[in-house]
Amino acid sequence: MKRITLPLTDEVIRELHAGDSVLISGTVITGRDAAHKRLYELIQEGKPLPVDINGEVIYYVGPAPAKPGHAVGPAGPTSSYRMDKYTPALLDRGLKGMIGKGARNDEVVESMIKNGAVYFAAIGGAAALISRSIKKSELLAYEDLGTEAIYRFTVEDFPAIVVIDSKGNSVLASGK
Amino acid sequence: MEIRRINATDITETVKKLFMDMNYYIGEDILCALKNAKEKEVSPVGKNVLDQLIENHKIASAEEVPICQDTGMAVLFVEYGDHVVIENGSFEEAVQEGVRQAYIDGYLRKSVVSDPVFDRVNTKDNTPAIIYTSIVPGDKIHILAGCKGFGSENMSSVKMLTPSAGVDGIKKFIMDTVKYAGPNPCPPIVVGIGIGGTFEKAAMLSKKATLRPIDTHNPDERYAALEDELLTAINETGFGPAGLGGSTTALGVNIETFPTHIAGMPVAVNICCHAARHKETTI
Repeated sequence: MKRITLPLTDEVIRELHAGDSVLISGTVITGRDAAHKRLYELIQEGKPLPVDINGEVIYYVGPAPAKPGHAVGPAGPTSSYRMDKYTPALLDRGLKGMIGKGARNDEVVESMIKNGAVYFAAIGGAAALISRSIKKSELLAYEDLGTEAIYRFTVEDFPAIVVIDSKGNSVLASGK
Repeated sequence: MEIRRINATDITETVKKLFMDMNYYIGEDILCALKNAKEKEVSPVGKNVLDQLIENHKIASAEEVPICQDTGMAVLFVEYGDHVVIENGSFEEAVQEGVRQAYIDGYLRKSVVSDPVFDRVNTKDNTPAIIYTSIVPGDKIHILAGCKGFGSENMSSVKMLTPSAGVDGIKKFIMDTVKYAGPNPCPPIVVGIGIGGTFEKAAMLSKKATLRPIDTHNPDERYAALEDELLTAINETGFGPAGLGGSTTALGVNIETFPTHIAGMPVAVNICCHAARHKETTI
């Protein structure tokens, strides 16, 4: 089990290999379908983004509401492939890592190799367990999107697995 | 039989409790299947994932928080006794109110948008629920409810097979659907299969099949054998827990059938994640 601290440096990214189990500490930003669409459209229009994504790791999540006394509600990963259309543009803007679940398309993997980025999987459906490693949640942008807004999460020992590394190696099963 | 009067607020309370409970407490059928799968899983990574899923269920029930952040879209299959009259409101609105209260008071995620294409604005209370009602003889109301997430819903499929495709055609379509889904629908999955009826009936049957406990079989032994055969075949694909490889890709396969047309053999595959949340009750 490797412990890694964010933000990710290029050196750390190079040392992460597909199949590594990691515990992530530091801060990540969140975003899923609707936020990605907005960020992508701003990039297409050449406009500034409401959040500086350079050097960041993004967690694909739409948390459940937090009960009183909890920093966040259950917050497991959502399927990553729905963000594939938008991801290369974000990687070109300096995004260094993604946390989600499931497969990515070839364009995303090629862009990860080109930009030196890494894709982690958290365990889909282990939302109550995962939320214990999220210590703080702050709204960054797109409040109107509710659960789909962009938040900054402070995480401690967030459990994840490197499923596609910066060389494009993958440990996702391809099925027989 | 006498007419039975049920207060709308009793319907609301019942529906509210169903949806809160199913989101906090996983069914024994799923928990047992996860524990059995952990014993048999050949991949160490897979074993570890299954361990974390079991631990997740413990946390969710102890803290009364949702098992998964995707608390789904509410679906109810209702058998409404023809001797029941609802007082102080309508049945439909009482059910919607129950869903609304469960998602707001129960800290469940509101995941429904008003318009599917253009607006996509969150309705903020997870309504509308989808209600399938059939009128049956009697003075009771039976509700079978589920709240499937869309990671797995998006991996589901319907195909209008024709009779010459036979059982081999059905197996191929189901396996193709499962392989296409791969690691995306949060394996180990529960596979609901609807065969027969019409285009929409097959889809409804497949949804209903995901709500049947996985420790039960189709009463027709030919379909029961097909359930077992498909479960084995799906587990041989090797996707494994979380799609990271292993021998547990599915926890259960449930088949529901209905008579169909001489020219057709519709098949629907509704894939459900390992957090197969369902509850039923009779009022």
